[in-house]
Amino acid sequence: MSMILAGEPAPEVPGAEQTPAGGTVAAGGSAWRMILAVFVRNRLAVLGVGIVIFMVLFSFLGPVFYHTDQVHTRLSLINLAPGHAHPLGTDNVGYDVLGRLMLSGQSSIIVGLSAALLATVVGTLWGAVAGYVGGAVDAVMMRVVDSVLAIPPLILILLLASVFKVSTPVLILVVALVAWLAPARLVRGEAISLRTREYVQMAKAMGGRHVWIVLRHITPNAIGTIVVQATFEVANAILLLAALSYLGLGPAPPATNWGSMLSDGLNYIYEGKWWLIYPAGIAIVLTVVAFNFIGDALRAALEVRLQER
Amino acid sequence: MTAYLARRFVQAVAVVFGVTVIVFIIIHALPGGPARGLMGPEASALQVHEFIVQNGYDQPLPVQYGRFIGQLVQGNLGYSYHYNQTVTALLGQDLPKSLVLVGLAYAVALIVAIPLGIMQAVRRNSLADYVTTGASFVAYSMPTFWLGILLILGFAISWRLLPPEAPQGATVSAVLSHPNAMVLPVVTLALVSIAAFSRFMRSSAIETLVQDYIRTARAMGVPERIILLRHLLRNSLIPIVTLIGLSLPATISGAVITESVFNYPGMGLLFYTAATSHDFPVLLGSTVVFATATVLGSLLADVLYAVVDPRVRLA
Repeated sequence: MSMILAGEPAPEVPGAEQTPAGGTVAAGGSAWRMILAVFVRNRLAVLGVGIVIFMVLFSFLGPVFYHTDQVHTRLSLINLAPGHAHPLGTDNVGYDVLGRLMLSGQSSIIVGLSAALLATVVGTLWGAVAGYVGGAVDAVMMRVVDSVLAIPPLILILLLASVFKVSTPVLILVVALVAWLAPARLVRGEAISLRTREYVQMAKAMGGRHVWIVLRHITPNAIGTIVVQATFEVANAILLLAALSYLGLGPAPPATNWGSMLSDGLNYIYEGKWWLIYPAGIAIVLTVVAFNFIGDALRAALEVRLQER
Repeated sequence: MTAYLARRFVQAVAVVFGVTVIVFIIIHALPGGPARGLMGPEASALQVHEFIVQNGYDQPLPVQYGRFIGQLVQGNLGYSYHYNQTVTALLGQDLPKSLVLVGLAYAVALIVAIPLGIMQAVRRNSLADYVTTGASFVAYSMPTFWLGILLILGFAISWRLLPPEAPQGATVSAVLSHPNAMVLPVVTLALVSIAAFSRFMRSSAIETLVQDYIRTARAMGVPERIILLRHLLRNSLIPIVTLIGLSLPATISGAVITESVFNYPGMGLLFYTAATSHDFPVLLGSTVVFATATVLGSLLADVLYAVVDPRVRLA
């Protein structure tokens, strides 16, 4: 019986990469071009990519053109309303909000991408090995996944953040610890169907080592599912980081991210200081929605390709 | 059917066992070691030493794990030196209030999401479908805390229609005596579920709409209203049973956020306060309870699904 969960991409896309009879390398290339074509036709996906590119340029290139002091607090410049010197005003310790938004964007994007990457790699390998080996090993490995999955994500991440001293690498690790489960489950599903394929059997019969088969045959053939899931994981990681920081368990003061900015700004929610709340909140929502758009479009493109084959 | 349920039950037990192992590992990863972590920074060295001996933290790990499980089975979830109360007593006080919040939110979510999803499916690709599907996509991508903040900014601060803080009180009846103050927390928690449920309901109803029995009923001239109620609604509802059970982890996460945004005195706020004040006994005890609830939720979802849908039993 299939487990249906909102927001989780439809699993089981069997044979995502199987080359059709008589297919050549060129056929593989055109398949990817077709995915690209479907993807570009999807306007929401293009919008999503646009937003992501904008956010990356804004956060990483922005400070090159827009210089602000994000190190020294200035008590004479506290909570200034937006004006000429500060387009988005200043915050409760005198930092320029626009400049802070860029700095926060850097750490949000870095933690989001790194955590998603780490989670995807670990999850993929875990799932591929479990699905490929099968039997008792699979049962034990999957019960480990189920056990971690049984702890609601926010509960697990708050627990870990309170036990370990939070720094950027720890934050990446903690978010990844919560995020590797979904890719592990999906890739296991793929691996179970892939291991019975002729070319995998062939590789085995020819004496291919298990490590080689998992890395060279199982994982690359599940790449579509993996990429789609990884995109959603970035959105989830940014959201988890924001929630954690909003709750006050994020990185300590000189470091910041959009969630921390929001958390600080909320102390002034009754005083009409909108510039302390809206910019950070909107940045989080835009980025998360953008990655979800991209993920949805990638999934749709992958399904179209399977149907047209 | 029996074999399926038995296998599912054994799996659930294995998962709960796995959760206790994870919690046990975290206890031993606590800063300053388990004794210091559980007793808090103010305990003296002598007290810590006594605690270690009394609770067997000097014994081999398997023995320690056995004791830990023994305590859990007896309902002893630990002692909070922060509140000077047992964790069980703290949970006993706050869990019912969280259940009220979550229960109300689920009720609101189902009442809104089921008709909404069916409307979207019946009039799919119409303007109304596009608008509501788009809205639920945005709501689904929105962080729960941001939804709560927006609602406070609008309804409490700008328009002054509702209080920004949840009702305060030690008991369920005290909380329920301020229905006005319950509105925003319930709506916040419900909105996220509405987004997820209606998306799901829409695709489920679209699948049902193309079934032969719907076409037959239409061909026989059965009024559209009856088709919607008797054939479409009933059959599209089946997956919702599963969805409720499986959405429990997301809802628990949402409840923690909602309760801390609105200062609602439930288990989520208790957990959040414990996380910020490093009250590890409360954190670990609640984690076991949350995880057990999640496992029971998905077990119940599978059992109910098998009861509601005969196709699962035969498969």
